[in-house]
Amino acid sequence: MPVHIPSNLFDAMSLLEMHPESHLLTGGTDLMVEVNFNHRHPDSVIALRAVPELQKWNIDQGNKSVFIGSGVPYSQMEHGELAVALPALAQAARTVGSPQIRAAGTLGGNLGTCSPAGDSLPVLSALDAMVHLQSLSEERVIPFTEFMVGPKRNARVANEIITGVTIPLSDGWQGYSKVGTRNAMVISVASACLSLDQSKVRIALGSVGPTIIRCSEAEAWFNSRNVVNLDASTAKEFGDRVALESRPIDDHRSTAEYRRHAVGVLATRLLQRGFAS
Amino acid sequence: MSEHEYYDLKVNGDIRQVQDAWIGESLLYVLRERLGLPGSKGACEQGECGSCTVFIDGNAVCSCLVMAATAVGTEIATVEGLNADGSLTDVQEAFVNEGAVQCGFCTPGLVMAVHHLLDEKANPTEHEIKEALSGNICRCTGYGRIFAAVDAVVSVRTGVAR
Repeated sequence: MPVHIPSNLFDAMSLLEMHPESHLLTGGTDLMVEVNFNHRHPDSVIALRAVPELQKWNIDQGNKSVFIGSGVPYSQMEHGELAVALPALAQAARTVGSPQIRAAGTLGGNLGTCSPAGDSLPVLSALDAMVHLQSLSEERVIPFTEFMVGPKRNARVANEIITGVTIPLSDGWQGYSKVGTRNAMVISVASACLSLDQSKVRIALGSVGPTIIRCSEAEAWFNSRNVVNLDASTAKEFGDRVALESRPIDDHRSTAEYRRHAVGVLATRLLQRGFAS
Repeated sequence: MSEHEYYDLKVNGDIRQVQDAWIGESLLYVLRERLGLPGSKGACEQGECGSCTVFIDGNAVCSCLVMAATAVGTEIATVEGLNADGSLTDVQEAFVNEGAVQCGFCTPGLVMAVHHLLDEKANPTEHEIKEALSGNICRCTGYGRIFAAVDAVVSVRTGVAR
């Protein structure tokens, strides 16, 4: 019954090198649902709960960046220093499941599962986060947009552990919004994270495509206009252009038509909030 | 830790041996079916209902989403262990007195969530109470009596009526 609980990163990487087919487990909030419903039958698990290197986070004001270890639970991002440094991530963290889920779930789990509905992922995309991957032989740091390559597919190779993310700090405004059927305990129907720094906007969308979508065309359109005072028609057109870049589908949670509409509304509102702040 | 035929869990302060378990068994299953602790309830098995809430190293989590074998080395606390002598805690008493229990299935999880909330925040606001209990689903009470029970505990503990 191979369950391994390595107590440091080197041991974790060594175990993974020997058993590359193992499931890497942090909070368990994704994998255990599949196990409980007999959709997965794991033969080998490496639990990363006791790896101290993955539990660290650090705000580096000098380099204007934040490192968050892949094992840091959402409950630690909701309040305190991390929430002050990264308000959009805090907002996203507060929408994850319930307090019980947020005490267990981690950024590493969201990245490993790589669901288009992963609540933290639009934040990582919009804020140009870099994902740290480490194996015994190599350490790679790649942009989030290169990390997520499809629905539930990412660029991690079998012997690599996601060790954390580095997120650049900005002085401007950032916000996250999510639409679901209720306030608590809900998987998003559409979500968006927007960053506004000196009238330059960055925006990424969740649950409206096979991957998180970074809206580079809407960003370029808006950023070429050097908007100082945002009027309603510009905000609306920005939302419309964002909606055009979404690629939603009909599924059991919502329809493509509703998602496209909703994500445009989210984009308009986030932009207006950013300019109002 | 490598391959083995059994593992030890520390539950309510006692070391309990779990033998010949399948790797994928949830902590909820192991508590109920292997260790004779049926206080934690199983309903959704996907972390939505909170009926299985336990503390692991002081954090309130859904035991259905914890792979039991990965909880080796942690301190697990269940509803059975709230008062070592088996008597009711002030939260449980308040649930009884305020009529916060109807079918009772969600009650152990709610009791755990309320204890966790009041350990963190002695005098929570209504919004904080609602957020703290948002992961515990009750389909009978409509929550009004549960909030009344929380208020009753806070009133007694702080000495300020609310």
